[in-house]
Amino acid sequence: MNRRLALIYGIAAAALAVVPLLAGLSPDGRYWVEVLNNVGLYALLALSLNVILGDAGLFNMGHAAFYAVGAYTAAIFNTRLGVPILWTLPLSGAVAALFAVLVARPVVHLRGDYLLIVTIGMGEIVRIALVNNVFGLTGGANGIIGIARPSLFGHRIRRSEEFFYLIWGFVALTVFLFHRLARSRFGRALNYLREDEIAAEGSGVPTARHRLKVFALGAAWAGMTGTLFAAKMTSISPESFGVGESVQLFAMVILGGSGSIPGVVAGAAMLTGLSEVFRGFASARMLVVGAAMVLMMAVRPQGLFPVHLPRFRAADLPSPGPGAPEREALP
Amino acid sequence: MRPFLEQCTNGLAVGSIYALIALGYTMVYGVLKLINFAHGDLFTYGAYLGMTLLTSLLLHERLGIGPGLLVLALMVMGLVALLGVLLERVAYRPVRSSPRLNAVVSALGASIFLQNGLMLVYGARYQVYPDVLPQTAFSILGLHVPVLRVGVVLASVAMMAVLYFFVQRTRLGAAVRAVAIDPDAARLMGIDVNKIIMLVFVIGPALGGAAGLLVGLYYGQISFTMGWTYGMKAFTAAILGGIGNIPGAMLGGLLLGLIEALGAAYLSMAWRDAIAYGVLILILIVRPSGLLGERVADKV
Repeated sequence: MNRRLALIYGIAAAALAVVPLLAGLSPDGRYWVEVLNNVGLYALLALSLNVILGDAGLFNMGHAAFYAVGAYTAAIFNTRLGVPILWTLPLSGAVAALFAVLVARPVVHLRGDYLLIVTIGMGEIVRIALVNNVFGLTGGANGIIGIARPSLFGHRIRRSEEFFYLIWGFVALTVFLFHRLARSRFGRALNYLREDEIAAEGSGVPTARHRLKVFALGAAWAGMTGTLFAAKMTSISPESFGVGESVQLFAMVILGGSGSIPGVVAGAAMLTGLSEVFRGFASARMLVVGAAMVLMMAVRPQGLFPVHLPRFRAADLPSPGPGAPEREALP
Repeated sequence: MRPFLEQCTNGLAVGSIYALIALGYTMVYGVLKLINFAHGDLFTYGAYLGMTLLTSLLLHERLGIGPGLLVLALMVMGLVALLGVLLERVAYRPVRSSPRLNAVVSALGASIFLQNGLMLVYGARYQVYPDVLPQTAFSILGLHVPVLRVGVVLASVAMMAVLYFFVQRTRLGAAVRAVAIDPDAARLMGIDVNKIIMLVFVIGPALGGAAGLLVGLYYGQISFTMGWTYGMKAFTAAILGGIGNIPGAMLGGLLLGLIEALGAAYLSMAWRDAIAYGVLILILIVRPSGLLGERVADKV
């Protein structure tokens, strides 16, 4: 993370931190906090899709299914067994990851557009299963109601402003961790995988295993976001997890700049926030998104806020000790 | 036995519609190696255009039902073909030389655009087709068969036969096949590859538009999102038969229609859509080249 980006994050964090305090001053302040809560949830989902789609270049258009698995896991454990909703966070992450590994295992080797089609089918099967009340646990088309409010350190969270800090705190943590991931050995290996699978395999990257791992990671994050969603809404139903949702997340990543963490957050903010800012725009919003996707692929395929991959310069290399052979300067 | 056979005729009718749409996927895939994600939406445009023209021009009253519907079908096919050519120009040609995945995103964007454009014009509610065809049925060997069902199958089979003749027996058809096999070699043989690609974007959408009209007439109800479902199923049919393979798309469509009709009748109606997706996933795992496909190497 370079200094400029750190500055941007700092300013954004400071601005966001005071929003709930200012919200009380304006009559529809509460409403805007609610909008920002949605932006936060979408940012989390888009970031989790970004590791799969942006970093590893795997075209996943069934991401809402992982979100659904997490949300339903949390809801079922909370309503049936009385587990406090935030305690289910690791559990729903783990269940979503396990589910992702199971469904991705046989198809993850498929080429880009085939993977896209298969993940659409997988997402639809999950939605249909939820509607059909699979295992008698998901409550059919009405979903699950009566999920308990979360509490943190004995404090019950119920107001929008409180959820705001919970959600955006998780966003901040996610942004931090995913930046660390991008610089890690695993994260860089994913980029090799995206750019050239054969070269990656040749350089010793276990491509099949890494693809599964990245699916599990993205799904786990989407699953945990599902828990937050279930806690915030207190009721969930299958229509929140349709293919339209997956398409939106896909568009957020692509338009924001796939692989770019600030870009993806900006993409999520644009797609969820703009329709609130321009009310008349809401119905035509997806029309604009579709046109933007076509236009963008022709003129700016890297997205609005692309990632700048670190480049190695000769000066970055450790200086050769005395007696070392002469080295040609790298371009 | 009788319900079983009735399910089969229903499956064949739906399957022949899937086959018509699948031909569009398979032909575009053949020449461009690209999944045309917007194809399902072109199909929907066919259904909506058919409805609008049917209610505004009233051709079936002026020319009689048979010729009226024929003229209507030709108009719908022409208009959707025009849309297909436009789509190729705007969404696919600019990205033809970029990485494949850019083309996929562009196709997806075009699909989102087309679908929401339709919603803005007609509204989000489903639309009802006017009742123009007689709802009669006849009995054959004790089997109750609606005339409409036979009409759908006959119309689809006729169009597929014309297409098959065109691709296999004409010079232009040979050019299409040549471009599908090797565009560079085809160019060296004096074939205008751009023209052939355009031709494919005329034929595929025209058939898809006709399928939309048939769905409207057959089910009497259309919605602006139906392109996704039908598109996914038709794509499944194309994969099932072997993508890029024209007889394969026809076979795959009919087969999928049968599987779905029988599955819905004997397994579970509620899981009807999941059956097709299950077939899709299974076929990609077990035999990605499909039933009639040969080339496997670079496909998946």
